[in-house]
Amino acid sequence: MAANGEEVKLLGVAASTFVCRVQLGLNLKGVEYKFVEQDLENKSEELLKYNPIHKKVPVLVHNERPISESLVILEYIDDTWKVNPFLPAEPYQRAMARFWAKFIDDKVLLASWTSVFSNDEKEREKNIRESDEALKFLEDELKGKFFGGEEIGFVDIAAVYIAFWVPLIQDIGGLQLLTNEKFPKLYNWSQEFLNHPIVKETMPPRDPLFAFFKARYDNLIASE
Amino acid sequence: MTKSEVKLLGAWPSPFVMRARIALNIKSVSYEFLEETFQPKSQLLLDSNPVYKKVPVLINQDKPICESLIIVQYVDDVWSSGPSILPSEPYDRAIARFWATYLDDKWYPTLRSVRGAKGEDERKKLIKEVGEGLTLLEDALNKISRGKDFFGGDQIGYLDIAFGCFLGWLRVTESLTGVKLLDQVKTPCLAKWAERFCAHGAVKDVMPQTEKLVEFAKMLMAKMAASTPN
Repeated sequence: MAANGEEVKLLGVAASTFVCRVQLGLNLKGVEYKFVEQDLENKSEELLKYNPIHKKVPVLVHNERPISESLVILEYIDDTWKVNPFLPAEPYQRAMARFWAKFIDDKVLLASWTSVFSNDEKEREKNIRESDEALKFLEDELKGKFFGGEEIGFVDIAAVYIAFWVPLIQDIGGLQLLTNEKFPKLYNWSQEFLNHPIVKETMPPRDPLFAFFKARYDNLIASE
Repeated sequence: MTKSEVKLLGAWPSPFVMRARIALNIKSVSYEFLEETFQPKSQLLLDSNPVYKKVPVLINQDKPICESLIIVQYVDDVWSSGPSILPSEPYDRAIARFWATYLDDKWYPTLRSVRGAKGEDERKKLIKEVGEGLTLLEDALNKISRGKDFFGGDQIGYLDIAFGCFLGWLRVTESLTGVKLLDQVKTPCLAKWAERFCAHGAVKDVMPQTEKLVEFAKMLMAKMAASTPN
């Protein structure tokens, strides 16, 4: 239990970028919480109780009340703990932040992931093109140090996938999805982002994650 | 605010466009409705939504906002003196957003795919999934409304808008398949809620008639059949 009597629990796994978003959100606000590592092959009663509909992580449990879906959780965190707001106060800027965060989920995630984790060459190629298109939109959108301006904001948190997971999976797949040559602003952003002290301490260890995804990749390619 | 400062680019059959219209109506905002031509997509659409090239697009003082749920939240933020659309309590907001995401990511795509189902078995399976979703939503309504008329309480709110916009297409699916999905027996609370929602002042003028939607759906299906190689 945290000092002020609040109980905050996060059900998650280290490999998940969605879980990482929530950890970043909580850490950036200085919220104390208990991380409860899940075994997704053998789902716990707690997970099934708190997320009966999707049975997925992350699930944030605040004073016994569960919230699922990473972007929904981030909005809840921003609504509940007022320090270091993620979302801008101005309505149009807020709408834009929500738009780009959703864009990452709709257009960046699946395309870049499938560029690597598909045993169909044509499908991989199509997804590389889609990933390039999507990253170009973000490259053009980035105006300052972070998507949130001088400080990390909602879109930056949502984009942790691009900073940490994309470089990892592109190494595995031998691809160049995010490079300084292709997307200089976005690449620069990823370096600034990963060097931020709170982001640094929140990221999972790279090597075990690399090994985990490489094993999945090898299995997939063996079946091509 | 003069009428032409707020424009909504949309299409009458679209449930997503309806969400934006209901939100604007709740706040009594005067706006100009621009019916998108499609085939080809208008320059205004391509300029104001280069990322998705879809409707709705809300244009307020020349600034475009895209994605229906983002538009609804934007309307709530800008016209803050009108009735609130999002619940006031953070946890209630999270629950409303969770269900809206479920509707957009799972439930509505399943409903849509009923029309394109290949064969009776697939159709039956999808209809069953739609029904299961409605059971979850019936449960959610009971919990969230706390005995009141709407998900939003006494007044329609975010989740009413997010879900209610799909009622027209739900009725189209019922009509085309002959299966009653939302009814007094299986989903009594939802059935009553649906009637109240459709009769609401902010909704009734922007909810398309089911017969018109059925015609539209049949036209779409005919087009798809014509362009699919044998």
